[in-house]
Amino acid sequence: MMKRLLTLLAALLVFAVPASKAVAQSGPLRIEITEGVIEPLPFANPAFVAENAAATELARNLSRVVSEDLIGTGLFREIPSSAFISQITSFNSPVQFSDWRAINAQALISGAVSVGSDGSVFVKFRLYDVFAGQELGDGLQFNGTQAGWRRMAHKVADAVYSRITGEGGYFDSRVVYVAESGPKDDRRKRLAIMDYDGANVQFLTDSNAIVLAPRFSPTGDRILYTSYESGFPRIYVMDVASVGRRALPTLEGDMSFAPRFAPDGNTVVYSLTTGGNTDIYRMDINSGNATRLTSTPSIETAPSFSPDGSRIVFESDRSGTQQLYIMSAQGGEPQRISFGQGRYGTPVWSPRGDLIAFTKQSKGRFHIGVMRTDGAEERLLTASFLDEGPTWAPNGRVIMFTRESQGETGTASLYSVDISGRNLKRIPTEGGASDPAWSPLQR
Amino acid sequence: MTHNMNGASSMNFTARSFLLVSVLALAACTNPDRFDSANGAGGAGGVGGTGGIGAPGSASDPRSPAYFQQTIGDRVLFVVDQSSITPQYQSVLDGQAQWLMTNTDYVAIIEGHADEQGTREYNLALGARRANAVQEYLISRGVAPSRLRVISYGKERPIELCSDEACYSQNRRAVTIISAGLSS
Repeated sequence: MMKRLLTLLAALLVFAVPASKAVAQSGPLRIEITEGVIEPLPFANPAFVAENAAATELARNLSRVVSEDLIGTGLFREIPSSAFISQITSFNSPVQFSDWRAINAQALISGAVSVGSDGSVFVKFRLYDVFAGQELGDGLQFNGTQAGWRRMAHKVADAVYSRITGEGGYFDSRVVYVAESGPKDDRRKRLAIMDYDGANVQFLTDSNAIVLAPRFSPTGDRILYTSYESGFPRIYVMDVASVGRRALPTLEGDMSFAPRFAPDGNTVVYSLTTGGNTDIYRMDINSGNATRLTSTPSIETAPSFSPDGSRIVFESDRSGTQQLYIMSAQGGEPQRISFGQGRYGTPVWSPRGDLIAFTKQSKGRFHIGVMRTDGAEERLLTASFLDEGPTWAPNGRVIMFTRESQGETGTASLYSVDISGRNLKRIPTEGGASDPAWSPLQR
Repeated sequence: MTHNMNGASSMNFTARSFLLVSVLALAACTNPDRFDSANGAGGAGGVGGTGGIGAPGSASDPRSPAYFQQTIGDRVLFVVDQSSITPQYQSVLDGQAQWLMTNTDYVAIIEGHADEQGTREYNLALGARRANAVQEYLISRGVAPSRLRVISYGKERPIELCSDEACYSQNRRAVTIISAGLSS
């Protein structure tokens, strides 16, 4: 029973919206995911067992975050503990599957937490397929520090998600973004980093200079971003742990922005504006040697590498409006891939290589969408006054982006949506937030 | 800010008709010594010398940055997605060029801006195009390239806040900010 459901779930995750729906979406737009909602999979997650007194509160918090992660995907529904017939009081006692079947829990998570004498935390868990009456995968154990308890919860949830959907997890990841405050004509911007769910916010810069569009390195240890701290927009690279930063070399009078790492972590692709003309360049970050990749009088910007590093998708207005193009990582003649009505910008290659996410402007509205790398099967996932700047979850199944409200009091917030257009939701941040970039899964 | 902007934009129309007159007036009373007293005087909004028309440093003093900003007009507005300078603003820029060539102690940074209808990266590039169009125009009118620098803010610094064309049209701008030159 569960297997069937799981297969179904996985299938829906992979491709939920038939082509006909994508056509319907380009009509009068109202895509806020009310159609085709799949029935979320019901699971039971009894509070983790605290194996010693020091672990009592941690156990409660850990199970709560595991549940929040799963529910937050829109693919799972938690059965309230008030419905439980049996309780789990010991990690190793046998599970009464009939009691869980009776309340229609299809998945059951059982966990335990203990705190060692040195203060380190041990978390173990098992996942059960209730209707099959057996474990799904082996039990797992993590250990870490008390300060890092949220990461352990995310790791448990990633394992559960991954086993049930067949997809990689994404909960144990971080997001770097621009924290915003102040009025619209004097917006203060600071780089900030947080867990994917908005917890553990840390600021990486002060608000003295405008900062834009941070991007993680492939290992998540460095961040590229654009800052006006010199008075002019320039690209900086920051070490996340030390917050130390340096500017990439540019010539006086040039502006550089829209940087992104290549998968090798040593090459940066970016836009450079000289004499009013913006083209795409690549630079070896260690030597500072730059190579020009495009050479046209039009605007070429927002480059993003394919995961294998062989190609670059970018936007150009050489045709008269912004459209998406793909070229070799060494430059050369690009191939246009977007042909729909409207303007396309900020393309980002999925970490799985299969899709390209983009911002689309059409009839005065903004959309986040995805298409195949040949431009086929375009699907718009969102619609609003201003949505822009998609970034991929490490598993390539969820997209985070900036949504800005209109008018004098307009503010920016972070939202996420899955690639079928379901589960649109706001990521909680204190104050305004824009330009998110999702890290790879943490190690 | 808002008030200032409305003032400046309506002034551009009136400024047009008076522009030739004021440029001629400037040329007529140019006295090489007269501008020496402005040497090293403060930057934008700064302090003018003595002996000008009206209160020194005020908008009626033709040597003052305030005059540049308010009487000549410090900005050019653009059509959606465009960076070409319309005839209306060519005369504003002619006035800017004339002023800069007369007041050689000043340098200028040209800021390019876009309205909020567009992605961040594209708007940065578009703002750069606009600032560059102004820079090239001023150079074509004789201003030394070494006195001009451009910067784009994209959509990061709107001056009008509503989400309508009334505001967008004011935000699609290139503003020439003058300051005391490095040479002084």
